[in-house]
Amino acid sequence: MSVQGPQQVLELAKVSRTFGQGATAVAALRDVDLTVNAGEFVAVMGPSGSGKSSLLALAGGLDRPTSGGVFVESTPLAGLGLNALARLRRRAVGYVFQDFNLVPTLSAAENVALPLELDGVPARKAHRQAVDSLRQVGIPELAHRFMDEMSGGQQQRVAIARAIVGNRRLILADEPTGALDSTTGHGVMEVLRSRADSGAAVMLVTHEARHAAWADRVVFIRDGRIVDEATAMHDPAVLLAPAG
Amino acid sequence: MSIRHSLLALLQDQPRYGYQLRVEFEDRTGSTWPLNIGQVYTTLDRLERDGLVSNDGGDGEGHVVYSITEAGRAEVQGWFATPVERSNPPRNELAIKLALAVTLPGVDVAAIIQGQRTASMRALQDYTKSRRDTAANQRAADTAWLLVLDSLIFQTEAEIRWLDLCEARMLQLAQASGSRGHARKPSNAVGVDEAAPLTAENRR
Repeated sequence: MSVQGPQQVLELAKVSRTFGQGATAVAALRDVDLTVNAGEFVAVMGPSGSGKSSLLALAGGLDRPTSGGVFVESTPLAGLGLNALARLRRRAVGYVFQDFNLVPTLSAAENVALPLELDGVPARKAHRQAVDSLRQVGIPELAHRFMDEMSGGQQQRVAIARAIVGNRRLILADEPTGALDSTTGHGVMEVLRSRADSGAAVMLVTHEARHAAWADRVVFIRDGRIVDEATAMHDPAVLLAPAG
Repeated sequence: MSIRHSLLALLQDQPRYGYQLRVEFEDRTGSTWPLNIGQVYTTLDRLERDGLVSNDGGDGEGHVVYSITEAGRAEVQGWFATPVERSNPPRNELAIKLALAVTLPGVDVAAIIQGQRTASMRALQDYTKSRRDTAANQRAADTAWLLVLDSLIFQTEAEIRWLDLCEARMLQLAQASGSRGHARKPSNAVGVDEAAPLTAENRR
């Protein structure tokens, strides 16, 4: 199979999502087109209620669009049954939730290994990959800790380790720095950036400009529509041109 | 920017000639504020006139070397010891532009805000990338440049947050005037409650 140009990992094509019906219907997303390529880090910025979390839920197969198509590695999610969709989410998609969604009765390593074990990976191998993933986020020494023995920042790192375990190709993060101080938030961005640099497609939803600035592309969303986009220039001459 | 004090501070380190001063200054500030060599020589002339530096003559290779005097040292100390005055308030073209835009009819304020937000975000992306690349080199010589970059990052971030707030205010005003059934002048902004915090996330 020959692949030309950048490889699309995520594609949203003319996606709309409406909640409710008739006069009380609310359009969360309207005709959104967005692609994220392998090795690309895209941030979606917008105020509360602009549709950015809906966008992420659709991209991760947690929700289905009212119209339009969502494709993950060229697979149309609409064509998948619940089991196939769950399998794709476990294997290809890593999701970092705002509120971590970790299991309190499992250790850090067990939380991270969970999606692998659900997918049939033998326990020992899953554990090894989990510890490797915890190493990538800088906390291999906390592998055996339980959630109530960790700070918010440490828990968020576990959540990210779970999202990237097994080399997922698509990482989706919903305000992953919400509960963290700025230094820890910076660390989270470093992990997401390095996943993109090693070939994953990363999509981050945030309202924090300084976090969005780590992305290659920043997409601005208002009232369910993409209104603009900023792409880094990486041109020091322009960067330092005197203002005005 | 005080070129005068910057050059004096560099001379406190060791005697230097004009071109060296320019190179040192730009090195330590990441060439963020390029110095014109003519400016350097004019400033050195004035510093000499004021007794803050002395002209040590040529170095044999055609460069005129300057060194700092005692009075010059005292001047540098005073400069470091005095907080930078914020010009009162600093002239901010963006704030002026938006203030005029919201009070004039027929101006698409939302478009102005988004246009600026995109431009500022692009700058913030570049500063962030530059900071990441520079930090990765782990060179002690880059410390000064990293501080300058941090300052640019914070300023740009503040600008974007302020734009978000402006937009939220405009929306609130539009909704308020809509619910009253007649248009209100945007200049009635005084007394409007704080914009809804942008952090509270509506998850669906």
